[in-house]
Amino acid sequence: MELVTPGIGLIFWTTIVFLVLVWLLQKFAWKPILNAVNDREESITKALDAAEEAKKELEQLQASNEELLREAREERDRMLKEAREVKDQMISEAKGKAREEADFLMKQARESIESEKSKAIMELKNQVAEMSIDIAGKILRENLTSDESQHRLAEKYVNDINLN
Amino acid sequence: MRPLFEALFVPLIVAVHRNIVRIVPVLFIVASLLQIQPARASQDHHDGHGETEEQFVPTEMIMHHIADAHDWHLWDWQGHPVSIPLPVIVYSNGQLDVFLSSAFHHGEHSVTIGNNEYTLNHGHIEEVSGHPVYDFSITRNVASMLVVSLLMFLIFVGSARAYQKSERRIPAGIAKFTEPLILYVKDEIAIPSIGEAKYKRFMPYLLTVFFFIWINNLLGLIPFFPGGSNVTGNIAVTMTLAAFTMILTNINGSKYYWQHTLWMPGIPVPVRPILTIIEVAGIFIKPVALMIRLFANITAGHIIILSLISLIFIFQTSTIALVSVPFAVFMNILELLVAALQAFIFTLLSALFIGIAMEDHHEEHETA
Repeated sequence: MELVTPGIGLIFWTTIVFLVLVWLLQKFAWKPILNAVNDREESITKALDAAEEAKKELEQLQASNEELLREAREERDRMLKEAREVKDQMISEAKGKAREEADFLMKQARESIESEKSKAIMELKNQVAEMSIDIAGKILRENLTSDESQHRLAEKYVNDINLN
Repeated sequence: MRPLFEALFVPLIVAVHRNIVRIVPVLFIVASLLQIQPARASQDHHDGHGETEEQFVPTEMIMHHIADAHDWHLWDWQGHPVSIPLPVIVYSNGQLDVFLSSAFHHGEHSVTIGNNEYTLNHGHIEEVSGHPVYDFSITRNVASMLVVSLLMFLIFVGSARAYQKSERRIPAGIAKFTEPLILYVKDEIAIPSIGEAKYKRFMPYLLTVFFFIWINNLLGLIPFFPGGSNVTGNIAVTMTLAAFTMILTNINGSKYYWQHTLWMPGIPVPVRPILTIIEVAGIFIKPVALMIRLFANITAGHIIILSLISLIFIFQTSTIALVSVPFAVFMNILELLVAALQAFIFTLLSALFIGIAMEDHHEEHETA
């Protein structure tokens, strides 16, 4: 029975000791400890936030870098394409011009050949006419004795003509 | 909670298990050597003085150990108890008397101060002429509580200091050990029970009560000075602690709590008084359960260990130590667990009671 009979003295002292202990520990232990833990939690949260922020910034930076790189690449491609186009254009232009030139030259050549040819024909005709007149004159001048000699003579002049 | 216990007790249990093969033969040899001695001694005793040998009464010994005392018994020397005297403060017959408990000479003498003559009768101070005595002595339990308080003050103020040394508030020294425990009380007991918004106000109480009970329990397991007293196994102590929880619960009770305690809404009116009786009884039953749980658990542990040791003296043979000592060791390990567990349960239930009383059910309130 004694075990389950609370003594008034012990209740009194437990109350006092416990209340003083709560007060003392609150003042000198729990408050500083919990504040320290709180401070640390806050600083950890802050540090984590900062790290997150830095990570985001880095990602943004990387993204913008990539953007720049992509733009540069596009620019290069565009320039290359343009250069190629210019080159092709130049080549085709040059080809066209060359062909025109060639055609013009050919035409000129053909024209000059034609004119030379007609000139030569004209000259030939004139010479043939002169020769014919010469031959006819010689024949007439030689008093032809026989048919045979006439014939030979005629043949001889004809051969002369061919040689010319 | 489990990881905490595993961390604390598994290594201990493993160590005992590993060494049990070595421990048992040693115990056996020691026991068989000791056995010769008392047997012969008791024979001499019988021859010399006949049947005057003091009878060993285990109940008396156990009760003496778990009850409070006016002096702090250290050991017996040549048949006389050696103890630290503690101040006796008594109020009786209109006068307050203060003297050292050594004046009683372990109950052999009475102490006369003014009109009062005090005697010590089985740990109780009585006034010879029959006046009621109000005993406010610094008993062994009070002294033990003071030791625990000093210990807690040193440990936790030391922990608080350890934080101030580091800029980043990193725990150093003893704070490395105490911080997980403090955070455990905060994150696993206070916040889930009371809620993030209001728990802070109760942290000093919950932390103090947790460590107060735990360290008192642990100190109670140490069989010699400065341990050995049964503070948390004393009903006056557990009653006081439970009363604090009850007061904190009820002064912080919300409108919702009191409404549901005194005049339950949403229930047929004739039934309401019955519920009121039950709920009002509940206000007292809850702390009473706290009080009895802690008291009974700690006292039971002490009784079991003392009974196991008593077996040696009951059978008057040290061979029984072969059985009772390993059992007592096992019980001590179990009591280590119980020491932390009971502190945890008391704190958790206190936090839960406070948390339940503070709850505001806004949404239910409107429909009710």
